Amino acid sequence: MTARLDRPGLLFALIGLVGLVLPLVQFKANRIVPGDGVSMALPLAGLLALILLGGCLRWSHGLRLAAALAGLGTVIAALGGTARALMADGPALARVAPAAGFWLLLLAFALMLTDAVTRLRPALHWRWLMLAGAIALVAMVLSTGWLDQVSVMREYAARRDAFLREGVAHLYLAFGSLGLALMIGLPLGVAIHQAPSARGPVLSVLNILQTIPSLALFGIMIPIFGWIAANVPGAAQAGIAGIGVFPALVALFLYSLLPVVSNTLTGLSGVSPATQEAAIGLGLTRFQRLTWVLVPLALPVLLAAIRIVLVQNIGLAVIAGLIGGGGFGTFVFQGLNQTAMDLVLLGALPTIGLALVAGIALDLLVQTLNHTTPRPA
Amino acid sequence: MIQISHLTKLYDGKPVVDDVSLTVERGQIAALVGTSGSGKTTLLRMINRLVTPSSGQVLIDGQDTAAIAPHLLRRRIGYAIQGHGLFPHRTVGQNIATVPRLLRWSADDIRARVDELLTLFQLDPDAFRDRMPHELSGGQQQRIGVARALAAKPDLLLMDEPFGALDPVIRAKAQADLRQIQRQLGTTLVLVTHDMAEAILLGDRIAVMDRGKLVQYAPPADILRAPATPFVEALIGPDMRPFHLLSLTPAFQIATEGHAIGAPIPREATLRDALAECLWSGRDALPVEGGGVVTLAALRQRAAP
Repeated sequence: MTARLDRPGLLFALIGLVGLVLPLVQFKANRIVPGDGVSMALPLAGLLALILLGGCLRWSHGLRLAAALAGLGTVIAALGGTARALMADGPALARVAPAAGFWLLLLAFALMLTDAVTRLRPALHWRWLMLAGAIALVAMVLSTGWLDQVSVMREYAARRDAFLREGVAHLYLAFGSLGLALMIGLPLGVAIHQAPSARGPVLSVLNILQTIPSLALFGIMIPIFGWIAANVPGAAQAGIAGIGVFPALVALFLYSLLPVVSNTLTGLSGVSPATQEAAIGLGLTRFQRLTWVLVPLALPVLLAAIRIVLVQNIGLAVIAGLIGGGGFGTFVFQGLNQTAMDLVLLGALPTIGLALVAGIALDLLVQTLNHTTPRPA
Repeated sequence: MIQISHLTKLYDGKPVVDDVSLTVERGQIAALVGTSGSGKTTLLRMINRLVTPSSGQVLIDGQDTAAIAPHLLRRRIGYAIQGHGLFPHRTVGQNIATVPRLLRWSADDIRARVDELLTLFQLDPDAFRDRMPHELSGGQQQRIGVARALAAKPDLLLMDEPFGALDPVIRAKAQADLRQIQRQLGTTLVLVTHDMAEAILLGDRIAVMDRGKLVQYAPPADILRAPATPFVEALIGPDMRPFHLLSLTPAFQIATEGHAIGAPIPREATLRDALAECLWSGRDALPVEGGGVVTLAALRQRAAP
């Protein structure tokens, strides 16, 4: 019997069915108090159950993809619809927050979707298109206003300008620290590749930096940079401060150094000795060997480092909110202080979205590069 | 012409190459033979300054190589190594074009040269120019490695165990091709090998290295007939001496008037091939294509010092 059923499909169905039993949303009198669970309208729940159970059958990959999309669309529609219905005759201060049922259903159909895409094994350009399509779809759903009565979107409506500002700040922190890490880390990686005796000390220091908890690192930097700003002439004018963007950027930069430096070293070391010997023997200068041979051959490993660092920094940048560095973390910590989970979500959801998009885009970029410059198996 | 005089390389005060002097005439092949650790590769790598000599001189056509910037010197000297060392991210054509590009040849000249070399190495330019190295067989990769070394028409080619990674059948073909191409281009060639048979087959002169010292530098026949030291004798393998000697001479050179029965052997077949054929077919004499016969008695005479 089980042989005729699809095992991943069974798992997704299980998750989804639990989600159907649990309440879809929480209806709260205001944004702080706990609320009552409200379930999905029965016809919609029936439709979702059918899709979930159907996913257990040996469907074609294309049908599976369509079913997952239909499921996702239905869950989102149900969330917006329920919120609208509840808020239509509710008090202005009331909130409709997504609850466990919604999150589990979202998880179930998102898993079903990625599973279907994986099985379809689409060509590279199709995967680029899918990524772009997914972003466009999310933007479209949000712009229709169907979800405007959901609590997170209510929080957004109240902070439209701040959201944009913190979003830019978040990207600035993540990409800025990545840029700094590449500017310093790439040459450092090349340098310790050329001078093997320096590898041990440099990597040890970076390893130690990496193990410092992020909160502790901020704690250490506040007095250090505060002192510098107060006592070194011109430091404060240059933007150095104990709290704010500067220490946040420095911390993210420090965390990025190890992946960048060690991957640069790994990539360069992975170039075969025969290839390097030939490059020297043919009369390439040291610089030409680096630019013609070593860096192009190390590029996939370098891009992997950029992927690690970017995804890591998009996540870590949330902590910057704690020391006034801005970014989506600002909402997370405001929300925690006010015990307003909707506000926490307003910071957390876009952070997750950014990290996902950055990770997928860079994965695709690595594969595109490997496609155009094949390497020996 | 290369003149190596009193060349020494010390590592931690210990000589790896110890006061070696030898001369390779223009258009000749010198084979450096020795066990591993004999200093043969270090000697080769001092010629294009991949290793800097501790003392002594290398003159190429009378010019002291120490006076030339190493990377400029290397662009004038072809260099091919075991395992070919092709750039895996560049096409066959781009690999071959490496040194001409460094020397800033025009794009047309480079394209013409790449096609010329591919043709010389019996690879169809249209089929191979845009392939990646990993798409080629081991023998093809090795040929591209040598073609790349020859791309800028160097007068001197250095090869470090160029056939070490090839299986015996492909190796024999590669050796024969190299010999033919070297004769055709008139390139001076210095080749490192640990295989005495390869040295005898390819070398106009063989330099035997032992623990950093050059113990004998002579044509193959002299090395075989009069090994200078027990080490040289051991390297040849006493049981192989007559066969190596026979392999130096083509059959037509000792063909005499006469009559023999059975299938003839090719003109260019070596005396070693002839002996094998005599023993295998139970004949005392073999006809040679194009006239004449080779007798077992003549072979026996040639196989002794």
